[in-house]
Amino acid sequence: MQLLFFNVFNGLLQGVFYALMALGLALILSLSSVINMAHGGFLIVGAYLAFTLTPYLGFWGALVVGPLLAGVFGLIVEQTLVRWLYKRPDPLYSLLLTFGLALIIQDLTRTIWGAQGLPAAVPEALNQPLSTTLFFITGYRMVILAITAVVTIGLYLTLRYTLVGIRIRAGTRDLETVASLGVNIYKLRALNFAAGCFFAGLAGALASGILGLTPPMGDSLLMPTFVAVIVGGVGSLAGAVLGGLLIGVAAGITTTYYPAASEAVIYLIMLVVLVIRPRGLMGKESIFE
Amino acid sequence: MSLGPAGFNRRHGILILLWAALITVPLWLPHVGGYSALGSKILIYGLATMGLNIVFGFTGGLSFGQAAYFGIGAYGAGLTLKFIAPSTPLAIIVGTLAGGLAATILGPLVMRRRGIYFAMITIAIGQLFYFVVVRWNNVTGGEDGLAGFERQPIHLGGYTLPLDQTRFYYLVLLCFTLGVILMRVLLHSPLGHTWVAIRENRRRMEFLGVRTDLYVWASFAIAGLITALAGTLNAMLFNFTSPQDLHWILSGDFVMMIVLGGMRNFWGPLLGTAIFVIAQDYLSSVTGNWMTFIGLIFVGIVLLFPKGLLGMVDRGARPA
Repeated sequence: MQLLFFNVFNGLLQGVFYALMALGLALILSLSSVINMAHGGFLIVGAYLAFTLTPYLGFWGALVVGPLLAGVFGLIVEQTLVRWLYKRPDPLYSLLLTFGLALIIQDLTRTIWGAQGLPAAVPEALNQPLSTTLFFITGYRMVILAITAVVTIGLYLTLRYTLVGIRIRAGTRDLETVASLGVNIYKLRALNFAAGCFFAGLAGALASGILGLTPPMGDSLLMPTFVAVIVGGVGSLAGAVLGGLLIGVAAGITTTYYPAASEAVIYLIMLVVLVIRPRGLMGKESIFE
Repeated sequence: MSLGPAGFNRRHGILILLWAALITVPLWLPHVGGYSALGSKILIYGLATMGLNIVFGFTGGLSFGQAAYFGIGAYGAGLTLKFIAPSTPLAIIVGTLAGGLAATILGPLVMRRRGIYFAMITIAIGQLFYFVVVRWNNVTGGEDGLAGFERQPIHLGGYTLPLDQTRFYYLVLLCFTLGVILMRVLLHSPLGHTWVAIRENRRRMEFLGVRTDLYVWASFAIAGLITALAGTLNAMLFNFTSPQDLHWILSGDFVMMIVLGGMRNFWGPLLGTAIFVIAQDYLSSVTGNWMTFIGLIFVGIVLLFPKGLLGMVDRGARPA
């Protein structure tokens, strides 16, 4: 029983990383119609920058600045490269461009920081288990859950109540109309892209304390993120979070009973969802069909 | 799309040159710095990308998980040779059918999707097979890949043909030719014309009463079958196959090869594949950062030459 709870909790943590990644991916996907294959690249940028800055800014400072720099990096990439593809309706090109970026980022990360994994340090105070029976619940893990909850609710409130958020939501429905109402959609998409990359960077900075830092870590989190978005429903941010948590927990439960299938199970869930609900759990009919 | 007699002749001339070059590869390739396995590899990957282009370039489905069927073909062939029977033709048949069957079974999940959604689902489905292969250690060899099998001599009515590197190239060329004939027959049939029409305007085809999803399904299945055929040959070229043969990175490479050569042209994928494989082979021999250069090629092609090399030469969207 305790083993099951242990694995469910670990799965939940994994799911949190998937959910953060999926949120960023879904933001970019729904406003810019870009499948960001470099999303894992932004994750490692956030993670490695946070790691590098920790000695200067302290643990908490790096946790904030690393993801923010990932967002800035995303903004630069959007302004210099992705922007040129908006006038091409075929999603193929942005897919290939970000695919190439993913290769470049991963390779340069390996060159700069080395192919070996780096130990990301978590403050000793946060590494203590909160109780002796539930030894796997450490302060750091609770911090991860809390931060994720805060930023997810923050994103929800921003999209729901602020002018920028309302414009972004309107843009995902009908970008042309939003543009014709006088909104600068180029700025809107740039900001949105940067926000998506910030979420990837945050996932990386948080995950590095648990999974360690390696150049391929972005890659290994990217595919489950795709699954999270598909399971939740393409175009639905709430669905992305739900999908991420669901597949994380499902993988955790599977680890208890049949560890070898813990990765395959999330793809099986996706197949089942696609058969039963072709648009995903919370997906609506959308521009993607 | 009127082709003057002069254009027609030129086209035939280029095709004759192409086939002459392919048939004589073992004679000239070593003199220009290549090795015979490189020729086989280009032809194998070319067959895979030309097969993928059936669904990608001609039907308009952004299939981004094609390495899965390549890998299923490879593992199908390898496992057949290792565990079932030491027969090269049997390995080819089993691997090809396995990949084709997988694509046929999964086709219904993607056949109604378009654009981005099609791409995402095909990528994710592809990874399912990757993890099955990685985790099913005792059969597939897991992360280390599948070794311990060898392509076998072919028996032709009492005469035994050992498959050295050169003879194997001709076996690859034979399979490639059969694949090309199959694809050209299909693309020139009503089925092929329907595919192109779906690519050009799917909604209009639906209004005309065409069950477009079934045609996309057929396209996806045939693309999977041909890619799997290429996969079986790849496994036997190296007498080895690894999970990298099913990874989404390879799927992305396949798509890039097609775009590089020109996805609207029947031969575009082969040209793109030749350039890509040679570039990768060269770059990885001179720099440890070859991935960065491959990535730069991606970015550069997308921004500067989105139509690909053959796309710049001819503007028509005709099959071959």
